[in-house]
Amino acid sequence: MDALPAHMRPERSFQGFILALQRFWAEQGCVILQPYDMEMGAGTFHPATTLRALGPKRWNAAYVQPSRRPKDGRYGENPNRMQHYYQFQVIMKPSPPNLQDLYLKSLAAIGIDSSLHDIRFVEDDWESPTLGAWGLGWECWCDGMEVSQFTYFQQVAGVECAPVAGELTYGLERLAMYVQGVDRVYDLNFNGRDGADKVTYGDVFLQAEQEYSRHNFEYADTTMLFEQFKMAEDACKKYLAAGWREGGNQKEHLMALPAYDQCIKASHVFNLLDARGVISVTERQSYIMRVRELAKACGDAWVHTEAGRAV
Amino acid sequence: MPDLLLELFSEEIPARMQAKAADDLRRMVTDKLVAEGLVYEGAKAFATPRRLALTVHGIPARQSDLKEERRGPRVGGPDAAIQGFLKATGLVRIEDAKIQTDPKKGDFYIALIEKPGRATIDVLAEILPVIIRTFPWPKSMRWGERSAKSGSLSWVRPLHSIIATFGPETEEPDVVKFSVDGIEAGQTTFGHRFMAPAAISVRRFEDYEAKLKAAKVVLDPQARKDIILADAKQLAFAQGFELVEDQVLLDEVAGLVEWPVALMGSFDEEFLSIPGEVIRATIRNNQKCFVVSDPKTGKLTNKFILTANIEAADGGKTIIGGNERVIRARLSDAKFFYETDLKTKLEARLPKFEQIVFHEKLGTQAERIKRIERLVAEIAPLVGADVEKAKRAAHLAKADLLTEVVGEFPELQGLMGKYYALAQGEDASVAAANEEHYKPQGPADRVPNDPLSVSVALADKIDTLVGFWAIDEKPTGSKDPYALRRAALGVIRLILENQLRVRITDLAASSYLWHLALINSQWRLFSYDGAEDSSQLIACDSIQDWSKYSERQLFVMYGRARSPHEGDDEIAFPDQPGGPFRWPKIKSLPRDMLSFFADRLKVQLRDQGARHDLVDAVFSLGGQDDLLLVVRRVEALGKFLDTDDGKNLLAGIKRASNILAIEEKKDKRAFDGAPDAGLYNLPEEKALANAIDQVKREAGAAVQKEDFATAMSAMAKLRPAVDAFFDKVKVNDDEPKVRENRLKLLNEIRAATRAVADFSKIEG
Repeated sequence: MDALPAHMRPERSFQGFILALQRFWAEQGCVILQPYDMEMGAGTFHPATTLRALGPKRWNAAYVQPSRRPKDGRYGENPNRMQHYYQFQVIMKPSPPNLQDLYLKSLAAIGIDSSLHDIRFVEDDWESPTLGAWGLGWECWCDGMEVSQFTYFQQVAGVECAPVAGELTYGLERLAMYVQGVDRVYDLNFNGRDGADKVTYGDVFLQAEQEYSRHNFEYADTTMLFEQFKMAEDACKKYLAAGWREGGNQKEHLMALPAYDQCIKASHVFNLLDARGVISVTERQSYIMRVRELAKACGDAWVHTEAGRAV
Repeated sequence: MPDLLLELFSEEIPARMQAKAADDLRRMVTDKLVAEGLVYEGAKAFATPRRLALTVHGIPARQSDLKEERRGPRVGGPDAAIQGFLKATGLVRIEDAKIQTDPKKGDFYIALIEKPGRATIDVLAEILPVIIRTFPWPKSMRWGERSAKSGSLSWVRPLHSIIATFGPETEEPDVVKFSVDGIEAGQTTFGHRFMAPAAISVRRFEDYEAKLKAAKVVLDPQARKDIILADAKQLAFAQGFELVEDQVLLDEVAGLVEWPVALMGSFDEEFLSIPGEVIRATIRNNQKCFVVSDPKTGKLTNKFILTANIEAADGGKTIIGGNERVIRARLSDAKFFYETDLKTKLEARLPKFEQIVFHEKLGTQAERIKRIERLVAEIAPLVGADVEKAKRAAHLAKADLLTEVVGEFPELQGLMGKYYALAQGEDASVAAANEEHYKPQGPADRVPNDPLSVSVALADKIDTLVGFWAIDEKPTGSKDPYALRRAALGVIRLILENQLRVRITDLAASSYLWHLALINSQWRLFSYDGAEDSSQLIACDSIQDWSKYSERQLFVMYGRARSPHEGDDEIAFPDQPGGPFRWPKIKSLPRDMLSFFADRLKVQLRDQGARHDLVDAVFSLGGQDDLLLVVRRVEALGKFLDTDDGKNLLAGIKRASNILAIEEKKDKRAFDGAPDAGLYNLPEEKALANAIDQVKREAGAAVQKEDFATAMSAMAKLRPAVDAFFDKVKVNDDEPKVRENRLKLLNEIRAATRAVADFSKIEG
């Protein structure tokens, strides 16, 4: 790491920070993927996690995923709450016996020295009602701040994980703020340069936060969104139904991934409707159930595909 | 004798599960040992975030040999029986069995089975893996390569290594040989995750504990707590401050560290404008840090104490700095919430309660508040509270549930209401009632004594009890999801500790009326007084109106609810949301609830050392719904029964009751009614009759004045007359009329003493 130019050092630039994590996990044998090209609420929704966590095949991957939480928009006025932020996601299946050590080494790689910082694993049971998923693990604290989620998946999309995958999620902005020592996310140095060459996180994203907050809370077209939800739901079911084949002596599925895209879509549309405040408390539950049904059906299809089934 | 050392080393165990897990481990291992005939001298279990450890000392090295005689079939019995016997006992030939002669049944076979005791280490190798596999974690998980197969080990978090050694103090112990899911038991563990992560080889508990300490692990949770508490106090003291002690937080924090290091940080003084409780909740719940107060003012200072898990290279500067940043951000949020809350008046929040369901069958929170306001108006005069203020207090008491701060920290409900009420200029008592109406929360909680708080607290709890009683959600066995036992105990303590004279059944009846009357936020109680249609219904606005009518004349307008007819047990609500279901009748619910109160009171008095049979003796008089008087009667009765007069009178009354019970059974009739003075032919009869008259008069008058001690002394005067009567008079006289008259006289004794209690319910 010492060979890195100053502007690429993880404690100097946001992009250097991301690159350091990617390099670290690449060295552990992970495939480094690029973000999934769809809007989603968390990195867990990426098919590289949700679907690849299922089935017996080995799978080690890491990627950055922009996460959209329409309700968390604050018009750019809150120092650390945003409707769009980055998660760094690692999944290792089966979970290696030294996953905690690897995680701590990854912190060292981004400049968090465990002889100076107080790093703790504090109980946190993870559950995603929309994904029909749960796992046990911790939130990882660094000097009293939650910086990552660490989960051993037990069930995803209604399917028991066999073997279990370990999942790590880093809140990138928050960690980078800590490492760079800034209190406001928009003050993060994005490119590690100084003076006129310096680009901040605010330069890149502040306007987007303002515009999307307006959109999410005030103008998002709810008629269209209600329709989109229904369309995505129908399409998902249609692709799932169409994908089944009787292949040899076992059932096969040939369209789990396109069907799952529609599940991701439905979930994001629901989040937008929720932010617009047009879904009542009782309806809310039923929308969550509908997305979960899609996720479960996709999970069931996935374990009948080439990548999801045994051998 | 040899000792066992067991350690289960894993990834971080949730703090809240550690104490119970240590206890379970000790219990499971020692129970199994005892079941295997291995009685041990002592056992102790420990937990840290990464390990459960157990030491059991003084276990015999072997089980003792067992000798057993087993009786078999008779000699010459069927072959199948003999073969079965051989198989069951492990004998090779029947000739190996002894023959025993029984004079009645003839000869039969006896097998002598000798079961040699096994080495304890072998027994341990068998029981330990079973205990590990069946360990009762509240939640457990699978992990790693092996989780691909079914039947893989479940543990709270991944289990990495096991130490199991067994041997006498003076020798090198042996490893108990077993493996669980690929983990071989051995004698290796690891030190502190960051400060001493290397492997450590251990032999027995003494060197295990010492080597861990050298590797920066304090094994004993109590020792960790002691260190944290002492260091935190010292840090605060050094700056002239005082640690705000917090046992629950201390327990949790001790479960998050293996090597506790207390450090002090600070925050901006501007945050001290937030109420101290909010600062504390923020720092404690979110950051698991202690707060510090200034002994001069008794208020919080801008300091906090955190417990780190390492001795940092820079002495903790970085750690303190990081925690300060997080706490600053958290306190800014809290300050923002608090200041936002202050901008909205409490009553302006109330309309939102119309959308919030309290319970599907019991309506919205808004309806509940309306009912409590009605009920509190009836209670206030009984407890000396101002009616208008009490109504105002009840009106506002729940509003803080909708504030930002309470949303964030539910445990601050009530308290925030008080702050916000004061801030908007409410009367101090009205504001205090916001907080105090939730009290007492449990047997150890303080009982409020401001009449305003008392009236709202009673109304709140009675509304809850009556509502859940009406929809038949009473507590059963260990299930009490709505904490109704706690609510009833709260009512009892409010009444007794404030010496209140209220009738539980009246309050319950009122509350029930308001439940029935308030449907969809409309008051809809009408009397049915021969009305043919709704235009003839008379609105009832208060309990006084209601009580003028009989049950049959009352009904509730709700959808197609029908009027109850004489003999109906319930009121039907065909259209109620969540229905159709039936509610109990207005006059039966309070009676039913009173017996629940009687049970709770019994528990409460028994906990204070009173005799439960005395409570029964008072309640069995019937109609005892003034709890304060019940307790006074019980107290007077208890004192009286401690005297010789009391004991002897009780014996006399019991004797009279027994005779009566026998004769009543014999004649199949009761001997009630006044005895005929003309039939007395012995002086002792006349004396007893006179004494009864006098006692009735005096005790009756004393009871009227609620002077139970005097009533008891009056009753004591019966004793010589009763004693003399039993001494000299034969009850079962040959002349039937005289016998009947004497039995009636005995009945009078019983009747006279019922002025204070039913003595037949008293034991002894």
